[in-house]
Amino acid sequence: MRYSDLILSASANLLRSKARTLLTIIAIFIGAMTITLTNGIGTGVKTYLNQQIGNLGATNVLTINLSPKKTSNGSGPAQYNPNQQVSLGGDHFGGSQLLMNNSDLSKISEIPNITSVIAVHPIAPDYIMGTSGKYRLTLLEQFGNSTADMLAGKGVDNNSTGYQISIPNTYVSALGYQSSQAILNKTVTIGIRSANGNLGTVQALVSGVQQQAVIGSATVYANTSLASELYTIQSQGLPPATANSFSTIEATFPSNLSASKLQAIKNQLSAEGYSGQTIKDKENTIFTALTAVIVVLDMFGVIALIAASFGIINTLYMSVQERTMEIGLMKALGMSSRKIFNLFSIEAVLIGFWGSILGVLGAMLIGNVANTIANHTILKSFPGLTLVTFPLTTVAIVVIGIMLIAFIAGTMPALKASRKDPIEALRYE
Amino acid sequence: MNSIIKAEKVNKSYGKGENYFSALKDINLDIKASQTIAIVGKSGSGKSTLMHILAFLDQPDKGQVLYEGIDYHQLKSRKLDELRNKKYGFVFQQFFLNPHQTVLENVVLPLKIANIGRGQRKKRGLEVLASVNLLEKANSKTINLSGGQKQRVAIARALINDPEVIFADEPTGNLDSVTGKTIEDLLFSLNKEKGITLIIVTHDEDLAKRCMRQISITDGKIVGSQS
Repeated sequence: MRYSDLILSASANLLRSKARTLLTIIAIFIGAMTITLTNGIGTGVKTYLNQQIGNLGATNVLTINLSPKKTSNGSGPAQYNPNQQVSLGGDHFGGSQLLMNNSDLSKISEIPNITSVIAVHPIAPDYIMGTSGKYRLTLLEQFGNSTADMLAGKGVDNNSTGYQISIPNTYVSALGYQSSQAILNKTVTIGIRSANGNLGTVQALVSGVQQQAVIGSATVYANTSLASELYTIQSQGLPPATANSFSTIEATFPSNLSASKLQAIKNQLSAEGYSGQTIKDKENTIFTALTAVIVVLDMFGVIALIAASFGIINTLYMSVQERTMEIGLMKALGMSSRKIFNLFSIEAVLIGFWGSILGVLGAMLIGNVANTIANHTILKSFPGLTLVTFPLTTVAIVVIGIMLIAFIAGTMPALKASRKDPIEALRYE
Repeated sequence: MNSIIKAEKVNKSYGKGENYFSALKDINLDIKASQTIAIVGKSGSGKSTLMHILAFLDQPDKGQVLYEGIDYHQLKSRKLDELRNKKYGFVFQQFFLNPHQTVLENVVLPLKIANIGRGQRKKRGLEVLASVNLLEKANSKTINLSGGQKQRVAIARALINDPEVIFADEPTGNLDSVTGKTIEDLLFSLNKEKGITLIIVTHDEDLAKRCMRQISITDGKIVGSQS
């Protein structure tokens, strides 16, 4: 038999007992739909996070801290080191944030491929004010190149000596402007309190408005000149040693640096007692957790598929039993055992094919409905998030994988059919 | 005349120990091309087993069967499948038609197995249906046919590959005498017109008498051979 004839015969056989075929297909359908949906959600969320990570900061920046040294371990407290400053606080896990100073800064700047280093001083301004009214804000210094999703204008310029900020779109109306365009190059006032209690103010120009990110809070970015001016005001009245210590260093590297060279930087950092993380590293931590959740959800789909493959085995055994005479006749008329095997295997694969295609289509339908509903309700504040997406490769892997499972399930009944003795089979009726 | 199928000292048994049953004992048989042969005997005599062995559907325990001098059991199974597909035709008492398919689909099954394309299958299928006077039933489901019509469909299926030999196992067993007669006439006309060798297994003495040779089998042995 030609393959086209085998497929047509197999399809005709499946259509012969429609109810039985349909029930078997439904079992496959459920498994396929579950797996496609969970992966669809995973892909949707990952894609969105990937876009949003850009809003968190530049990708060519390493955030460097001192590797936490435990203050105690099983054998008692660690030795005191007079050169080591410790910030306030600590936690039950035995780590406390260790502080760095200018000697760490120069040590890190000597590592090859590091282009610049900046000490990160936490800046806590009191308020931001536009045309009227004072509002609270979270302010971060912009390191490296901004990769934020700009709605208007551009990110702050670190080469400029003027004071610049870029604001999230949610701030525009609070600052007294109608649109993102209207606020560009307008002056806003930032109020900040010094350590000894005096309130100072700085005027800054709005260079751009960015799309608010889902992860991270609404953050106002300052350029380096503004940040250092704000820190100068904030640290007035602090003892010099405290004013000049910090827990975090941001180091930039060329954005086209190869992965192996980046790894070399990280290795050298850890050799010298520091730990460095890029945005990508932080992203990977989130993705690992997300993947774990998706794998657990996928297990439900896989369990459904295992149950479904027993359905396939059962269906085909019944089919082999019912068609004993037909199999015997075909063998008597010169059909090879291999072709008989193929005929039944193709039936199994066809059940897998239709079940998975319908499952994928069902998942797409549910996904689209869910996306529409979610975008009008729970995800209203996350513009640009498509909850469920179905990349072609995932869909193809699901369909091909299920056809393979169906084929494996079909081998036992197909072997039984191919081994039937034509004489026995013809005596059957 | 040339010998077409030859059985040499064929033995076949089933079961072991107490259930041991010797179905065929030292059968020697030489069938010439274009002969018509009746294998007669009571049920359980071993006549069906002999037919299955001559048709290479079953393998003898001892001895050998030759088709045109070749023992196909020694060849690859593909050759054996090809032999049954191309040189043999089969007609059974129970017809063995697929009730879910049309008459034409049933008839072209051997061509489908032989990898023949759709167009040619249909052309050849309609030809053989015409030769058994069933052209107008080509697109009917076989379930709607009478017994005689079903057996004509089976004969058309046996004919479709232009076989050398047709094996007929009780071809009239399920038919009334009038219909049975027309089926017999059809089979013998194929022998006359196309020189097809007929090997008919039957317990119907009238049918057996129409054949050139009658082989009687009792308890697995040939007890009589008449020409």
